[in-house]
Amino acid sequence: MSESLLQVKNAYKFFGGLAAVTDVSFEIRKGEILALIGPNGAGKTTVFNVVNGFYKPSRGEVWFKGRNISGLKPHKICRMGMARTFQVVKPLQRMSVLDNVVASAFLRAESREKAVEIAEETLKFTGLYEDRDVISKGLPLGKRKRLEIARALATQPELLLLDESFAGLNPAELDESIGIIRRIKERGITIFIIEHHMKVIMAISDRIVVINYGQKIAEGSPEEIQANPAVVEAYLGEDHHA
Amino acid sequence: MKKPLIPLAVLAVLAVLPFSGLSTYMMHILILVLMWTTIGMSWNLLGGYCGQVSFGHAAYFGVGAYTAGLLYFKLQASAWWGIPLSVAVVSVFAFVLGYIVLKLRGPFFALATLASGEVLRITTENWNGFTNGTLGILIQERTWVAKTQYYYIILAITAFTFLLVRRLVASKWGYYFVAVREDQDAAESLGIDTTKYKTIALVVSAALTGICGAFYTNYMGFIDPHIVFALHDISIITIMIVMVGGVATQWGPLVGAGIMVLLAEWIRSIPGLGASHQAFFGVLLVLIILFLPNGIVGDFRKITRLFGRARA
Repeated sequence: MSESLLQVKNAYKFFGGLAAVTDVSFEIRKGEILALIGPNGAGKTTVFNVVNGFYKPSRGEVWFKGRNISGLKPHKICRMGMARTFQVVKPLQRMSVLDNVVASAFLRAESREKAVEIAEETLKFTGLYEDRDVISKGLPLGKRKRLEIARALATQPELLLLDESFAGLNPAELDESIGIIRRIKERGITIFIIEHHMKVIMAISDRIVVINYGQKIAEGSPEEIQANPAVVEAYLGEDHHA
Repeated sequence: MKKPLIPLAVLAVLAVLPFSGLSTYMMHILILVLMWTTIGMSWNLLGGYCGQVSFGHAAYFGVGAYTAGLLYFKLQASAWWGIPLSVAVVSVFAFVLGYIVLKLRGPFFALATLASGEVLRITTENWNGFTNGTLGILIQERTWVAKTQYYYIILAITAFTFLLVRRLVASKWGYYFVAVREDQDAAESLGIDTTKYKTIALVVSAALTGICGAFYTNYMGFIDPHIVFALHDISIITIMIVMVGGVATQWGPLVGAGIMVLLAEWIRSIPGLGASHQAFFGVLLVLIILFLPNGIVGDFRKITRLFGRARA
């Protein structure tokens, strides 16, 4: 088994009296694609926000590269080598596609020339190079989702968090994005992905963590998860048996 | 004309203007235009590029002005030393204020800056022992009678500010400022320390505005809290200059300052309308927001297109 890159240890997140995440623990191993799935409102994005520092866990800890990062600010965690995309895309709207990626490439670049070089390479990798001069407000959704990925990649992360990067894509865009994720993995970048699209999840992930009502209900390989009665129940309701 | 040559050409024209036999009044107008251009460019760095809309730039202008004034009034030193000293004083002041107000976002930040300007005005008015209160500070002996020297000093300050803002905007800081403006959460997740870069934008913007305040004290020879901490005549006019000229544009503040200063002088000279120039500014602002939301420079293509169509 390869070594562990990130550990979430008994994490809780409360909003007022409401527990959005309850006692969730899992680890991400170097080089794998770990998927986080669960019904709507299960707390997937909250887990993401706890991992990347937008929320401090109410209880429990998050460890990244052997260091406790609970309570660190997102920009510090990003500097350590963790980047994320947003479910609701947040492009820097009035900047061109290239400038969006240059802004994030500056994290590891000494000069503007170097930042532009990293950005252009990333845009070629994600197939957005032709659109580099477009103001990102004008991009269609599929490309905006890919711009999120490009921007995260330009910070040269070791761990990439993808929050529903496939939602709302048409079949052609879907295949393109699956190809990009595979190539990101080939580069040795570990991926933690939230996804609703079961076909995508089963096709690309090494392991899957399932949560429901903020609690982890299952963990395992795609085959194990598909055969797990608790998961089927969470998705289809109690009376339904697969 | 090649792009890098435009600023040089503009500078050359501005540098020879005093030799064209302008009246003292016209020189005064030009000095005001340049001073407001500088304040506009400073505001633009924070409000336009970094997206933190300040309604309180009078605070920095006033602190700069009073740094120069008090230097003369309390220590009998030349008020000109206020220009370098104001950089230090205003930077520290903005840093401390920023620590408080930059935690707020959007309209809350705007309101906090507005309040900070007003708090300073009221404090300065009432702290008689230190600031001489509402009596203000009068510089007894003017350095020069003619306007030319003052003109070249403010021209140098304006050129320096122009270059500084231009270099900052093209650098890593500039990219980070715009990233903060467009989406603070996204910027954070891209490894940008948003608090740090907002503080940098605020301190640089405030220090440049403070220099103008110190210049104002030397040039006008008299300041009081009502003038230099004015909400409508400083803070709001600063925003209007940038809005009219073009937010987050290089030349917007110069164009905006030119229009606003000339407009103010023109309206003041109309008998019976003089005092109501603020009402005209309000109407102008509404028209700009409706028809040229990016200002005259930002929407320049739109303007030329309109005129082109009219001619055809």
